[in-house]
Amino acid sequence: MALVLTEEQTMLRDSARGFLAAEAPVAHLRALRDQKDAKGFAPALWQRCTEMGFAGVLVPEAHGGLGLTLTDAAVIAEEIGRTLTPLPFLSTSVLGARLIAESGREDLKGAWLPRIAAGQAVVALALDEAARHRPEKIATTAAASAGGTTLDGEKVLVVDGHVADLLLVVAKLGNGTAVFAVDAKAKGVAIERTIMLDAHNAARVRFSGVSLGREALVAEGEAAAALVERVLDTGRVAIAAELLGAAEEAFARTLAYLKERQQFGRKIGEFQALQHRASMLFCDLELARAALMQAAERMDEGKDARAAVSVAKARCCRTANLAVQEGVQMHGGIGMTDAFEMGFFMKRVRVLQELLGDANYHDNRLATLSGY
Amino acid sequence: MSSSSAAVAEAAELESFRREARAWLEANCPPEMRTPVRSEDDYCWGGRNAKFQSEAQRLWLERMGQKGWTVPTWPRDYGGGGLSKEQAKVLQQEMGKLGCRPALWSFGIWMLGPALLRYGNEAQKKEHLPKIARGEIRWCQGYSEPNAGSDLASLGTRAEENGDHFIVNGQKVWTSYADKADWIFCLTRTSPNAPKHLGISFLLFDMTTPGVSTRPILLISGKSPFCETFFDNVKVPAENLVGEKNKGWEVAKYLLAHERDMISGIGDRTSRKPMGVLAADAIGRDAEGRLDDPALRAEIARFEVDEAAFAALMARAGALARAGQIDPAFSSVLKYYGAELNKRRLELRMSVGGADALEWESGRSDEGAVARTWLRTKANSIEGGTSEVQLNIVSKRILNLPGA
Repeated sequence: MALVLTEEQTMLRDSARGFLAAEAPVAHLRALRDQKDAKGFAPALWQRCTEMGFAGVLVPEAHGGLGLTLTDAAVIAEEIGRTLTPLPFLSTSVLGARLIAESGREDLKGAWLPRIAAGQAVVALALDEAARHRPEKIATTAAASAGGTTLDGEKVLVVDGHVADLLLVVAKLGNGTAVFAVDAKAKGVAIERTIMLDAHNAARVRFSGVSLGREALVAEGEAAAALVERVLDTGRVAIAAELLGAAEEAFARTLAYLKERQQFGRKIGEFQALQHRASMLFCDLELARAALMQAAERMDEGKDARAAVSVAKARCCRTANLAVQEGVQMHGGIGMTDAFEMGFFMKRVRVLQELLGDANYHDNRLATLSGY
Repeated sequence: MSSSSAAVAEAAELESFRREARAWLEANCPPEMRTPVRSEDDYCWGGRNAKFQSEAQRLWLERMGQKGWTVPTWPRDYGGGGLSKEQAKVLQQEMGKLGCRPALWSFGIWMLGPALLRYGNEAQKKEHLPKIARGEIRWCQGYSEPNAGSDLASLGTRAEENGDHFIVNGQKVWTSYADKADWIFCLTRTSPNAPKHLGISFLLFDMTTPGVSTRPILLISGKSPFCETFFDNVKVPAENLVGEKNKGWEVAKYLLAHERDMISGIGDRTSRKPMGVLAADAIGRDAEGRLDDPALRAEIARFEVDEAAFAALMARAGALARAGQIDPAFSSVLKYYGAELNKRRLELRMSVGGADALEWESGRSDEGAVARTWLRTKANSIEGGTSEVQLNIVSKRILNLPGA
């Protein structure tokens, strides 16, 4: 394990950071929110991100991507977290690209990966069905029918669902798991965009007797269950990185405020009560970063990374949660205003925590994996 | 050679070192020294009056000492192994795989050695380092005083220069194992009127020098690992001054950073099973195989998340240090978190043990072993600089907060 970024990764980080700070600061998210933008993201911006390699970071070179590692994707996700930029990076470039790339289905890879890498398609994973993340409890069913299957069920928290071209749907087929590739415009698919508190994209998707041909079945049985778990862990690392980026930025802004805000005739950062809280948060951030890098590297090494991923997601959830709470508290009243940006961080962190399992979910998963 | 072929050659060399190290360990580490450490009593501290638990323990120290692998990265001239940091890591990995116990536990290795390598003169290095490496001299640390705890630099033990020697008078406290140590590295005040940080000198002396006496302190654990140490007109040769007179604080701080690294690395690694599994074995499981105490299970799982993250942080700190990218104050992050984590670990072990862990004097509880360790860990966030002092250091040195 390296646990330090390579020179190339440091360059990737710096260029992503510079680009997003200049072109897509938090004001960009605010504008999309206030304009009630129909897409919820800016395709022109996504095109420019694509030119920088974001979209195809995990797409193999043979299919027009960069073929880089999850560690590299996490570097990008962290920078997206700093500016809270709404982009179909997680849905399409991480979850979608990884699921299709590892599906073993050459036709799907040929049809979708080049479009993903070119930023010309949005793919959404339709997995969760209830308020809490329970990937092992799927009720959406695929029933055998003449010439294929019929899909019925309802999915929630489908990130980028209402702008997706392709839906990757996890369903029950007999007693096992199956993954289907479903055209978002197929008959019987009803997509309801849900306006979320963080102003990022999500949708509810209902499948009512959707007829699918045999080619729609991406994977089934044990292979599908393993593929889904691996893809979810890939996504969890990216989400953890986004959480860390949001937490680092919230902390940096808070720290700057402690050094500038005057009360009682001195900088509030001189008060030990605040210094110690800031220092404890700094320790937490370092812990979260180490856990994240370890998880990404273990995934890249192709090892059983499940425990490391749960450690990383749990740690990044808790750390980011603390960072935004301290961010609002230490800014005082101004932190409560919509005009100030700290609230955007608090809201985004709330959503990122829930995505693919919160800290409690991952504590529980670690305990189960450890055998107790 | 291109950088990638150089890297390939380097990796091949490291692999060949790994094979050599493994072969040597297999041939030289006695089987008794490949079993898990059961308690602190299993550690070998060396020294003039070393008491070895077994011939295997003595032999293991002798062999490792001769090889220089008690201090793998120290130069060979001073009794070390002369290994690179990468080789030392490989050695550590191989020792871990074979389950080899450390051959020697030593404040000389962890604290004084690094300070002497940096600040000692040639004669001091030649005299003291090889004896530390071979475990011949056991050292103790004369830092804290009754009125100088967190505010260490206000220490009052006096050393007056008198021709070719110093005369030392005063008292130290919390001197770990002073009653068993052969020599002491000691902070003394040599310039009473200078600002407190600028009047301190770093002296080394033999604990058998006339005027040195020690008194063990009975702690809440029922054990006495710490002493009060008294100096009454102790005559210390001037050549035993490390660094310059009145500039001992610099040496003291450097050494403290190493002490922090040592404390942050502590923790019970005697068992390879996760705490949750040990708890489930002891308490019982529900129908689905989960620890049959949901709230305790959740707390243990949360602890184990933090423990795994901290292990990753320690590994990352090592990697950053090797890459020359670490902040010198980072040891305070590790010390703070490691100490607090170890206290949580033992609180949970007491909860897991329940009533059984409360038996102070019984064979069933191994004479209250867990309880005594639990009480001992309360000092983790006090010794080597309290948690509050570490947070002050992070505030000032890393976060650059004002007036801290």
